[in-house]
Amino acid sequence: MIAMQATTGRATDAAASPVPAFMTRDVCVFYGQKQALTNVSLDIHRNQVTSLIGPSGCGKSTYLRCLNRMNDIIDGCRVTGSILLDGQDIYAGSMDVVHLRARVGMVFQKPNPFPKSIFENVAYGPRIHGIAKDKTELEAIVHNSLEKAGLLAEVKDRMDQPGTGLSGGQQQRLCIARAIAVQPEVILMDEPCSALDPIATARIEELIDELREHFAIVIVTHSMQQAARVSQRTGFFHLGILVETGDTEQIFTNPRDKRTQDYITGRFG
Amino acid sequence: MSLSTLLLALLVLSSLAFYLGRKKALSAAGGNLRTLHSLPNYYGYYLALWAGIPALAVFTLWLVLEPQIVQSLVVGGLPEAQRNLSPGRLGLLINDIRNLASGNIVSREVAPGLQEAAEHYVRLRDTSRIALVVAVLALAVAGLTFGRQRISAHLRARNQVETVVKVFLIVGSTVAVLTTAGIVFSLVFEAGRFFVAVSPAEFLFGTEWSPQIALRKDQVGAQGAFGAVPLFAGTLLISVIAMCVAMPVGLMSAIYMAEYAPPRLRTVIKPILEILAGIPTVVYGFFAALTVAPFFRDTGAAVGLTISSESALAAGIVMGIMIIPFVSSLSDDVINAVPRAMREGSYGLGATQSETIRKVIIPAALPGIVGGFLLAISRAIGETMIVVMAAGLTANMTINPFHAVTTITVQIVTLLIGDQEFDSPKTLAAFALGLVLFLITLVLNIGALRIVKKYREQYE
Repeated sequence: MIAMQATTGRATDAAASPVPAFMTRDVCVFYGQKQALTNVSLDIHRNQVTSLIGPSGCGKSTYLRCLNRMNDIIDGCRVTGSILLDGQDIYAGSMDVVHLRARVGMVFQKPNPFPKSIFENVAYGPRIHGIAKDKTELEAIVHNSLEKAGLLAEVKDRMDQPGTGLSGGQQQRLCIARAIAVQPEVILMDEPCSALDPIATARIEELIDELREHFAIVIVTHSMQQAARVSQRTGFFHLGILVETGDTEQIFTNPRDKRTQDYITGRFG
Repeated sequence: MSLSTLLLALLVLSSLAFYLGRKKALSAAGGNLRTLHSLPNYYGYYLALWAGIPALAVFTLWLVLEPQIVQSLVVGGLPEAQRNLSPGRLGLLINDIRNLASGNIVSREVAPGLQEAAEHYVRLRDTSRIALVVAVLALAVAGLTFGRQRISAHLRARNQVETVVKVFLIVGSTVAVLTTAGIVFSLVFEAGRFFVAVSPAEFLFGTEWSPQIALRKDQVGAQGAFGAVPLFAGTLLISVIAMCVAMPVGLMSAIYMAEYAPPRLRTVIKPILEILAGIPTVVYGFFAALTVAPFFRDTGAAVGLTISSESALAAGIVMGIMIIPFVSSLSDDVINAVPRAMREGSYGLGATQSETIRKVIIPAALPGIVGGFLLAISRAIGETMIVVMAAGLTANMTINPFHAVTTITVQIVTLLIGDQEFDSPKTLAAFALGLVLFLITLVLNIGALRIVKKYREQYE
């Protein structure tokens, strides 16, 4: 609880400072014998959207899942290199994965609301981390998170109805609200719009741009237009290697690497 | 021609019809299959059905009706005196005639009249058989010819064959439903006869169970008592004890298998647990009676408790062990069916494994888990062998698990074993108990469906 407040405090302080939220160096990931990522070094900055692009199977989702140690769930997965969150090694023995995931939220490819009411979906995170002191505070957190996720107006009259009854786009915004409710520093999004129609996608993209004010956001996407629209920095992955990283504008207008050029112009991938 | 040969001939005719129908369709198509309404095989099936079904229907009907007709003809040929015998004695006589005809042992001296009747019987039966063969074969050939004439390129053979298939399926499910209805009806009917002798109120609310009927007026204990409450209480007590064992153990092992155990361990543990369900209940019964019950009695004696050597506790615990697999296997399956995305969503918010299980997976899997519980409960209520051997026969009205109790199923067994008259309330009580058992299970199932509906959540 105390640690939580300290970290959120730090997040606001650091808004102006150039220290990145995540500093990753020489990250390699192995699934059993197979190497999925080789020597990825990338910084994730606060108040920015970093997009990871590349063809399927290039390792961008694997990299994303290293950042909140979701790869731990997969049998036979091994990570080497250093991943520092505010200077702390998240793979160090002293790092509690529960605290890590409270600081680094995640939104998945397919909306996955729990089979509970809309309120309970958002209240889930604050409850397990004991963030709210009492019921009023919990309600305030839920309202606030739904507000930030741009969903409050649509659901405020039916908070007790199942979250699974919402439309796909609303479900995904509910999942974003659920992630925000834990007050993380970083939000990871794994192709958050791939299961949504264009209108819902536009809504989520708008939302991502608004959320940038409070969080560092990393988004994996297959859509280069989406990366160009929402992100300030872009990393291009190919065959488990981070080929090129830089300002989004530079990557899309003036890529330095031939492979990036080929990919963004649609020659492969 | 024996009946099986006739059936075989019918089969051959139908196969021939299939071949002929196909051929006729092909020639009707004139080499261009696209002009046919259906695929050639459907014309084959169509003709095979025409050849087979009417003939088979007549065959079945004939076999059902033949004995009655032949019998009434034989009785008609008997002398006046014998025809006017009471139905029971007439039945015996007919039985003898039939035995004589088939060369079996006869219960009385063979009089010339009897001999003659038997010969009459044999003659009638032989005629009937020949007529049957002729009728069935003629009908098959007629059906074949008629169907063949109807085959043309425009005949909608596929639709008609599909309709016949649908009718077969409907008949199949009707048989299952009617059988159930028949069992329920017979239960209700026999229970009704019981309730004529003993009032339903006494049966349902009476607290004394002593099912006996006096053979003579001055017999000791001539008064029977049919108050089933002690049985209900005993059944409930044992089921509750069984569920207290099976629910936690089953659910925990299901959670361990589904969430914690490495896949290789799971492939070993799950079948082993399922073996528990495959052990014959009589084995559980003597395990309960010879090992568990004495153990409880001795342990009880050691700590100063009086536990009878046939106790509800022993029976309930062993029954609980028996139904563990019902709970664990079903729960394991439904827990595994909870989408991976749910787990990831929860882990992604920083929930621990046990929080995820408690707050997300169990609620999502609840309908299936409740289903498993209710299946286990109805299994426990219907279980007989363990209780017969370990819980005793005494209809004690108690909720003390250290005493001997008895259950509905055990009483049904004891009411019906041995030589019984089937019209005394004592025997009929078994049907009333069966009806109660049936109603309890029915209510449990309806309740299960309700709960499942209430908790069912939709996920994509």
